Amino acid sequence: MKLVLALIMGSFIGAAAGYLGTLMLSKRMALVAGPLGHLTLPGIALAFLFGFDVSIGAFVFVVLGIILIWLFEIRTKLPMEALTAVVFAIGVAITFLFIPEEKTIPALIGDISQLSPNVVIVTVILSLFIIFATKKFYKKVILVEISEDIAKAEGINVKKNNLLYLLCIALVVSLGARIVGGLMTAAIVAIPACTSRNISKNIFQYSLGGLILGSLSCIMGILAFNFTGFPAGLLIILSSAFLFLISLFFKR
Amino acid sequence: MEEKTPKEILKVENLSIQFNGEEILKDINFTVNQGETLIILGPNGAGKTTLLKALLGLIPYKGKVVWKTKNISYLPPQELVQRKYLPPLTIEEFFKFKDVSDKKILKIFKEVGLDPLLLKRPFSAISTGQFQRMIIAWALVDDPDVLLFDEITYGIDIGGEETIYSLLHRFWEQRNLTILLVTHDLNVVYEHANNVLCLNKKKLCYGKPKRILTPKNLREVYGTGVKFYKHTHK
Repeated sequence: MKLVLALIMGSFIGAAAGYLGTLMLSKRMALVAGPLGHLTLPGIALAFLFGFDVSIGAFVFVVLGIILIWLFEIRTKLPMEALTAVVFAIGVAITFLFIPEEKTIPALIGDISQLSPNVVIVTVILSLFIIFATKKFYKKVILVEISEDIAKAEGINVKKNNLLYLLCIALVVSLGARIVGGLMTAAIVAIPACTSRNISKNIFQYSLGGLILGSLSCIMGILAFNFTGFPAGLLIILSSAFLFLISLFFKR
Repeated sequence: MEEKTPKEILKVENLSIQFNGEEILKDINFTVNQGETLIILGPNGAGKTTLLKALLGLIPYKGKVVWKTKNISYLPPQELVQRKYLPPLTIEEFFKFKDVSDKKILKIFKEVGLDPLLLKRPFSAISTGQFQRMIIAWALVDDPDVLLFDEITYGIDIGGEETIYSLLHRFWEQRNLTILLVTHDLNVVYEHANNVLCLNKKKLCYGKPKRILTPKNLREVYGTGVKFYKHTHK
């Protein structure tokens, strides 16, 4: 039963992260998921200490981190990526001040051993929300990339889109932190997208490829965890990397 | 045949724009009629691009901009259109952003003189000249009433530039389009404009090109250091 729950949850989070990842890669934002993933750590630590769900803790801190980065940017006009580095470093340092030692590894590389059906249902719903929302703003985000002025002239509300896009990133990172930990969230958005980029020749194949490959890596990783007992998070990332290596032979 | 009174499609009244306390445009007034080609002329930094953006409502301004249509297509200068670092977008997918039928896409492709096989090519992998025609086709594919084009031939060689403007002229004739063009090129003004608006932070002249573009006015627009541009008909 635990395996089935883990597979359902993993396949949905993987699909949402892989799909959104294709957009983040094209916006050259895939690495942003890294520091944002680290920002989940204080939330995960608090969740362990006070016994609430890790994704809730993670989400609160990612959103808090994004708001801080946004406020710092308005105040300092420094590049967003530099401010992300400042904020995530603060988050990591604070985490290790108070996280119980035995919880350090699960926080960093994820833990799927304690899953309840309720958590899985909520995760599936949130993953579906991310997928549908991403589908809705996908073309718009690309048009904004091509030219923000054309997009605005076409009636696209750029601010609203960016906000929804950021919210989806925060959600994916928070959900992903449960299965691959705060250390490696960038991998579940970046690797499937890179693999899909290698084998696709249009947006349709590319975005669908990210979704399928993201889901497949999680399923492969969780099955491997079941057989080997190594942490699932690591095996998911390695499965994803394995698919990436295979894609190199089929690169278009 | 009875001559129709031209229908006003855009009215601009006392338009002023400031950025960080600096005045970019001051008290601009003009009207554009349906089917008119208005060319906005002026040196770098005159506020031409800013004016177009204000007309589109992309930036804040003081004054009044009243459009009688919502069906407006805008194209910025080509160098501001990002073609690299994009996902594997095909030209066909780019056209589908606009929710138009395949039939319409093929029709406009033929009209701008592009091979429909290009539709399957990546957005980033067509030549500058093809890209120029493609993006004009994109702007026209959903039948706009008005085109707002900002220095669209920037970076195109002279031969290519002429073809692009004759292409636009053909569409203008066929479709009763209203066109607002930003350019530096006085040749384009003489050949294609019904009216010209000369800008340098404020409105310096406005009217029919042959009447307005006097050496005196041009010196005022481009400054005394700029050599007068002699226009020759071939």
